[in-house]
Amino acid sequence: MATTLDKVDVVTVGAGWTGGIIAAEAAKAGLKVVSIERGRERGTEDFLRVHDEYRYAIRYELMQDLSKETITFRNRPDQRALPMRTMGSFLLGEGLGGAGTHWNGQTWRFLPYDFEIKTMTEQKYGANKLGPDYQLQDWGITYDELEPYFDKFEYTAGISGEDKNPFAGKRSNPYPTPPMKKTPVLEKFEKATSDLGYSPFMLPSANLSEAYTNPDGQTINACMYCGFCERFGCEYGAKTSPEITVIPAARETGNYEIRFHSNVVEVLHEGGKATGVRYINWMSGEEFIQPAESVVLTSYVMNNAKLLMVSNIGEMYNPETGRGTLGKNYCYQVLPGATGFFDEQFNTFMGAGSLGMTIDDFNGDNFDHGDLDFIHGGSLSLTQTGSRPIASNPVPPDTPAWGSEFKKASIENYTRTLNVGAQGASIPHRQNYLALDPTYKDAYGVPLLQLTYNFTDQDRALHKYISEKATEIIEAMGAKQAVGRAPITDYDIVPYQTTHNTGGTIMGADPATSVVNNYLQHWDVENLFVVGAGNFAHNGGYNPTGTVGALAYRCAEGIIKYSKEGGSLV
Amino acid sequence: MADEKKDVSRRDFLKTAGVATGALVGGGVIGGLIGYNAKDGGTATDEEERSGGRADQTAGSPGGRMFFTNDHDFNVLSEATERIFPEDDLGPGAIGLGVPYFIDHQLAGAYGNNEREYMQGPFNGGEVTQGYQSRLRRKEIFLQGIKKMEQEAQSRFEKSFTELEGDQMDEIITAFQKDEVEMEGVTAGFFFRLLRSAVLEGAYSDPMYGGNVGMEGWKMKNFPGHQASYIDKIDSKEFQEIDPQSLGGNH
Repeated sequence: MATTLDKVDVVTVGAGWTGGIIAAEAAKAGLKVVSIERGRERGTEDFLRVHDEYRYAIRYELMQDLSKETITFRNRPDQRALPMRTMGSFLLGEGLGGAGTHWNGQTWRFLPYDFEIKTMTEQKYGANKLGPDYQLQDWGITYDELEPYFDKFEYTAGISGEDKNPFAGKRSNPYPTPPMKKTPVLEKFEKATSDLGYSPFMLPSANLSEAYTNPDGQTINACMYCGFCERFGCEYGAKTSPEITVIPAARETGNYEIRFHSNVVEVLHEGGKATGVRYINWMSGEEFIQPAESVVLTSYVMNNAKLLMVSNIGEMYNPETGRGTLGKNYCYQVLPGATGFFDEQFNTFMGAGSLGMTIDDFNGDNFDHGDLDFIHGGSLSLTQTGSRPIASNPVPPDTPAWGSEFKKASIENYTRTLNVGAQGASIPHRQNYLALDPTYKDAYGVPLLQLTYNFTDQDRALHKYISEKATEIIEAMGAKQAVGRAPITDYDIVPYQTTHNTGGTIMGADPATSVVNNYLQHWDVENLFVVGAGNFAHNGGYNPTGTVGALAYRCAEGIIKYSKEGGSLV
Repeated sequence: MADEKKDVSRRDFLKTAGVATGALVGGGVIGGLIGYNAKDGGTATDEEERSGGRADQTAGSPGGRMFFTNDHDFNVLSEATERIFPEDDLGPGAIGLGVPYFIDHQLAGAYGNNEREYMQGPFNGGEVTQGYQSRLRRKEIFLQGIKKMEQEAQSRFEKSFTELEGDQMDEIITAFQKDEVEMEGVTAGFFFRLLRSAVLEGAYSDPMYGGNVGMEGWKMKNFPGHQASYIDKIDSKEFQEIDPQSLGGNH
């Protein structure tokens, strides 16, 4: 029997970037906020001994405990979906800060093109550029409308960058802190891409170039370039994370509480309004109901979609008819690129998660696609994120996978390899979607989320084209051997690729084709908000967190407004 | 730390001394030797000696076994790891780096028991793209795989795996890699990939886990391990050779 608790103004599911932003803004506005977090409390003091590749990067210390919950996966609707039993293709977060604790910190604003992709693509290339299976949609918001919220997130996070990308949307303010160090490896990329006629610039970074105090009064320290960033927490408090910014800002108001070890299993609703959430404290085994004026789903893409599905909120997407919106437009990314093998040795074991230089010449519609059989593209970067010895064993093609030849080649090339890689945009396809699994359940008896996903012809064409560009760059950098990425075939959930999953709870201007409006307010349940990369109508050519942060700030504004006025915000 | 007076088996000593006599004086390689200095003519059996049994390790060392109960199983594992990551002129191989002990320790804990992985049924074979679908846990896969390696040695060469020549061992490992050996509840190729990954993890993880003895894996690769900061070095155009540090020595 569940215990019903006192009603609060706002309850969030999870306490990562989106939950933290909502909590800070709502609590500062005087609302009582509770976050229900299934993981544990953790922070900078827990990361003093974090330089341990095996524990954190290989065995996923900070990530989700899959023994309790995972997803199921298949490439095509006619296959049997099976559980993702081990972590692989993407790394789900858990605990205070969520994936915002172990992210790299590469912080982008999606391009103006991204938000109006359908309109702009059709204007320039006609309605049939890709064919009927691709479900392009505008986002129901423009870059200019979202700009103030990008600005707000960047100033909360103290992003280090330079305004030298000729393809970026207009900025109302410069980056809060100067760019990171331009290391010799980055200079090599800068020279090669400049010589090729492209426009390199320093990658916008949440590993800060200098100490910074944000408008909430929270301080982020300067990065030490220790080389342990992605998959790790920062022992210096120098990688902007929820637990050193928005979470303490929310707590300092006195209006915020986080309940740890508590897993939300259902959104409760009655008569078209959410009444609260039901959760289980897995330490005590107790079940609780937390009533709230507004319910905000701020967990990861996967779990936000799942909670709506198990709570019967909204119409499930049907890939046969194209009807329904919940689970629609799941996207991922492809990773075109090239590896260069050099004679000289580089200090690639040093680095930071967002230390890099980028060109946007092949992102979005920054280049003409008239003669190409795909749209969009990707940001092409050389990053120096800290290469570590278990995961990094680069060998030239045709080297055996083990034995003495492998040992020699992998040791030789560990410090003599550079990579140029792209975040390749992902365009929604009719057969790529999220649903509920009919067979497998989580530790609480709730069905697992089911992912149906495969790469498309669009993905393959984009990947091939951008990989060729990357190969040209790495050759221009003086590689003795340049090896472009092999063409992609079927999506494989085993090797790590990227934790840039998007869609399933997309935003838009029309309830017939989207789950939430442009305040991320649910179309059918006005006091329910769903926030995160799940709102993306497609996935762009950048890391998603900058855009997620902007959306969360916009949503927070909507929640505060709703608390006063009620009703639909659009 | 290093007990320089301890006997080192002639074979192992020659193998290592030929590698890096210079480093030996500095003490770096001495640490590496601890892992495989079975006494020559002492109590160690020939097989233990070949496979890096730590017969003369004192109490409190990481050389004990927590998982493998059977010496022969452990020795088959040791020989297989050494073929995957052999000793050469760059430095020690898997045995010298303590990799078999690393794997033993891992199989006894969360890794071997798949503690943080989804292990609920039903279990169905799937596409390769769907990943790990075995009902077996890693510890069961390793034990079965090792026994299958021994069976293959007997059926192909009528000898124990540990008595085979290197190229014969390679033939068997390759058969696993190519999925040509029948296993129960898992494929041979899957076991091979687990084994190969575990060898690299043992060679290059922090020495506090029992592998990468003396940080010799890191030294071969020029990886400095746990360093507080590179803020004063990352601008350098020269390659930086930095003495590695382990978290284990840093409490």
